[in-house]
Amino acid sequence: MEYHDIVVIGGGPAGLAAAVSAYDAGCRDVLVIERDERLGGILNQCIHNGFGLHTFKEELTGPEYAERYIRKAEERSIEYRLRTIVADVSPEREILYVNRDEGAVRMKAGAIVLAMGCRERPRGALGIPGYRPAGIYTAGTAQRLMNIEGYMVGREVVILGSGDIGLIMARRMTLEGAKVKVVAELMPYSGGLKRNIVQCLDDYGIPLRLSHTVTKIHGKRRVEGVTISEVGPDRRPVPGTEEFYSCDTLLLSCGLIPENELSKQVGIILSRVTGGPEVDDSLETSAEGVFACGNVLHVHDLVDFVSEEAERAGRNAAAFAAEGGKTRGGVLQVTPENGVTYTVPQKIRTDAAEKVTLRFRVNGVYRDRCVAVRSSGAEIKRVKRRIMAPGEMEELILTGEDLARCAGGITVGLED
Amino acid sequence: METRELTCIQCPLGCQLAVTVDGDAVTVTGNTCQRGAVYGEKEVTAPTRTVTGTIPVDGGEIARVSVKTAPDIPKDKIFDVMAEIRSAHLTAPVEAGRIIIHDVAGTGADVIATKTVKRS
Repeated sequence: MEYHDIVVIGGGPAGLAAAVSAYDAGCRDVLVIERDERLGGILNQCIHNGFGLHTFKEELTGPEYAERYIRKAEERSIEYRLRTIVADVSPEREILYVNRDEGAVRMKAGAIVLAMGCRERPRGALGIPGYRPAGIYTAGTAQRLMNIEGYMVGREVVILGSGDIGLIMARRMTLEGAKVKVVAELMPYSGGLKRNIVQCLDDYGIPLRLSHTVTKIHGKRRVEGVTISEVGPDRRPVPGTEEFYSCDTLLLSCGLIPENELSKQVGIILSRVTGGPEVDDSLETSAEGVFACGNVLHVHDLVDFVSEEAERAGRNAAAFAAEGGKTRGGVLQVTPENGVTYTVPQKIRTDAAEKVTLRFRVNGVYRDRCVAVRSSGAEIKRVKRRIMAPGEMEELILTGEDLARCAGGITVGLED
Repeated sequence: METRELTCIQCPLGCQLAVTVDGDAVTVTGNTCQRGAVYGEKEVTAPTRTVTGTIPVDGGEIARVSVKTAPDIPKDKIFDVMAEIRSAHLTAPVEAGRIIIHDVAGTGADVIATKTVKRS
């Protein structure tokens, strides 16, 4: 059976950064499997700028950011297979993939890096009443149709959800001559980055209506309009607040879901909050030798953090492939509380030598609060933040000294 | 004298700025750091943006190539720049970094390809 030291599933930013760092850590037998026709993943359709400020200290567009990593992979002659989809992964790290040239092929991996990314929450998961006319797209699908395939998806547009892709598409469609009438957001705050609110909506006078949702889609063959209603604190529509907007297109930007069908086949334990695998600080999942990074692990706002995280996964996968399965020491369980919805990683190895980067999100907008890390009641770390919001991923670094003071588990929560 | 309300985008805090222009004098209030003052002044006196779009490519592996303005262009020229981008047409191959439109809409900036499109 074909064997590779490391097989990376997914050739987007996470997979590419993991493959490159595994190579740089000494692994010379890395294979990247990508289902699309080119490497780079979703970055290829993200033609706007704003990528790379942390990684390259300059502002790049999505395709430019992707090409930097594709070049890194090619400089190292890292092997990749395109138009190839992984159909099955076993806990013994046997992979079944399928493509047109080879048919179905089984191979074995010393270590696996999961980097399959995420997908968008579809209409069916939102429960909006009405027919199923043409003209309803998830924002990312519309983005692909416009930016890669070259189709204009509509002329008069309403957007539900203020996630970043929805905001980016509001500007994109406006620049191509469409009229974007409104962006409705169920929550009382936007799920997108502030910069996108200003540069994609405010610049073009597109209204953002917070605490509003679409309560009806009109039209049978093609969307003819939508009804938008205000929602109360319970997020249920308030009767009497209905407003009709005529439009031919409804874009949905209502959240991203890590794509973990393969992880489930392996039997990997998934977090109910992130939708991605539970991992330790080496980004290893509950399946030995299977690592995860990028949006398949948890949804990120910035690709720069995906790259950084993926580099860690690649390095650790290389170490695992070189040394084989090591006996596992103890772990500290990390428990989120008081406004912190989750942390990644969820576990920290007690023999973790280096510092550990904890990433987390909060469940509301908080001003002038502290993030406290505690272990058995004792305060390990306390960091003040001027503002935290659900749309902005937070980060906290625990040093070796911090970790040495932890016993049992640790908690991460907000305090005054 | 004119005052404009802006949201600062330099960090997630999103301070609400009030920028007052009185002849040559620009005053920024509401900012909580120096970056906010710089942003507020530039936004009101000489705002610029990167404009990105796509241009159709004949005979390419994909139908369109992505492009951007380099450097940024004045904000009030966005739609003039878009009009030139939207009337352009290319034939594969196109290499990332190639200048597609010189001095777009008289801004002095170029439109460059941000993606490589090989022949199909």
